[in-house]
Amino acid sequence: MKALSNNNLKIQTKNLNLWFSEKHVLKNVNIVIEEKKVTAIMGPSGCGKTTLIRAFNRMNEIILGCRTSGEVLIDGKDVYGLDTDVVDLRRRVGLVFQKPNPFPKSIYDNVAFGPRIHGITRRRQLDDFVQFSLQEAALWEEVKDRLNDSALSLSGGQQQRLCIARALAVAPEVVLMDEPCSALDPAATAKIEVLMRKLTQNYTVIIVTHNMQQAARVSDFTAFMYLGELVEYGETKKIFENPENELTEKYITGKFG
Amino acid sequence: MISRRVREKIAFTFLRLSALLVLVALVAILYYIVSNGIGVVNIGFLLKNPEEGMTRGGIFPAIVGTVYLVALTLLFALPLGVATAIYLSEYARGKNNRVVMIIKMATRILAGIPSIVYGLLGLGLFVLFLNLRFSILSASLTLSFLTVPIIIAASEEALESVPMSYREAALALGATRWQTIRSAVLPYALPGIMTGSILGLSRAAGETAPIMITGVAYYLPRLPISLFDQFMALPFHIFTLSTQSSNPQLTRPVQFGTVFVLMALVLVMNLAAIVIRSRYSRLRA
Repeated sequence: MKALSNNNLKIQTKNLNLWFSEKHVLKNVNIVIEEKKVTAIMGPSGCGKTTLIRAFNRMNEIILGCRTSGEVLIDGKDVYGLDTDVVDLRRRVGLVFQKPNPFPKSIYDNVAFGPRIHGITRRRQLDDFVQFSLQEAALWEEVKDRLNDSALSLSGGQQQRLCIARALAVAPEVVLMDEPCSALDPAATAKIEVLMRKLTQNYTVIIVTHNMQQAARVSDFTAFMYLGELVEYGETKKIFENPENELTEKYITGKFG
Repeated sequence: MISRRVREKIAFTFLRLSALLVLVALVAILYYIVSNGIGVVNIGFLLKNPEEGMTRGGIFPAIVGTVYLVALTLLFALPLGVATAIYLSEYARGKNNRVVMIIKMATRILAGIPSIVYGLLGLGLFVLFLNLRFSILSASLTLSFLTVPIIIAASEEALESVPMSYREAALALGATRWQTIRSAVLPYALPGIMTGSILGLSRAAGETAPIMITGVAYYLPRLPISLFDQFMALPFHIFTLSTQSSNPQLTRPVQFGTVFVLMALVLVMNLAAIVIRSRYSRLRA
């Protein structure tokens, strides 16, 4: 698949197939993800969109019976290659989950968790990471005076931004977001959407969503998946205004979903 | 033909009576022990050695002996039990290979073996074969065998109750599996592990048969001086007083006092477990 514009490619899949035991979840997916853009992956429940982004940082592997064939190239290198260090891959490709899942620790310790497991112990350095990441996630102003409070005392939207900050604290290149707003109210959702745009200054952002308006609002490129296959992929404007595939059109116009 | 309403009444009356019977039994036992035992218990009883054929004095060596015994058992059983549970529920989770199946089955079976069998094992293995002598070391190792399956079961349950999302969050940040377990799973399973371990130990504290043939002394009016020394223990002291006494009239009060102290000890351990569990569940909510 060709690049959609002249920007750099960050991720490229080649004939990616994935099975959970006998279930064929991803079927010959070929997609290119551009660097420092927001790419949205949408489709009805069970279409494989979450599995696709989890294939990028090999998080599917923690589920028993998962098999993969094909390639996922990040910066041209196959992440399923034998010489790939999964631990380093997951540091470079962060993941934000559907439901905010902060640890029941302080706000500070949540953000510092990643740096700590990667060997940073000096307090000054950790402080810098925590402040930087919370600023990047647009949460710093709200929590700077109560970093030692429990993360669970935050609202749902704040918790999700904390989880984004936690992911950013290990200096990833790509941030995967799996329906990050599905558990949030409209106001909190709006904040996260603004944040997604801001993050493209430094990161490649990929979001899974089944909220079409969200895909239209925040993404540069949109992919539509159905039953494990990539049906259509292109610039968001084109996908929404002039879809080529009949299925895509039906989905966008709300005939199924 | 009995109507549904009447059947309902009969069923619930039966269920209520069952529950009541359990409660009555517990209250009766406690009342019997407390009313007979509490008059005997005072500072001297707790801090003195037995005197004059165990008819007077106190039970100090038996109290300390039981505390030592439980502490040593904890020392041996906790690391082994928790490590096994971590292996079974974290590393081998969902793996259906034969070794894991066998270990899991073995821990369940171990939990059901009568304690006297463990005693015989301890006698053969620790006292005779490994030549650890008839000692507090042999006795506590034997009790560890008895406690490990309980700790494994409790720890497995505690580990499995830690939300999967904590593990996923840590793994997605690039944590290794061991880092994930150590920093994102174990801290949250710890209260459950502690609760289960305390309950296991409180059972060990009351065991008589296994220690009888591995290290407990009939009469030893001093504290053990090494791991290879014999020791007195509360449950065996009760057994001695109730079956081996040359003058039951005179030893009976001491016997009730000892039962009271043992019951109190076990009750305190159980209460500690309940407190930890309830505080933990409140933190979670």
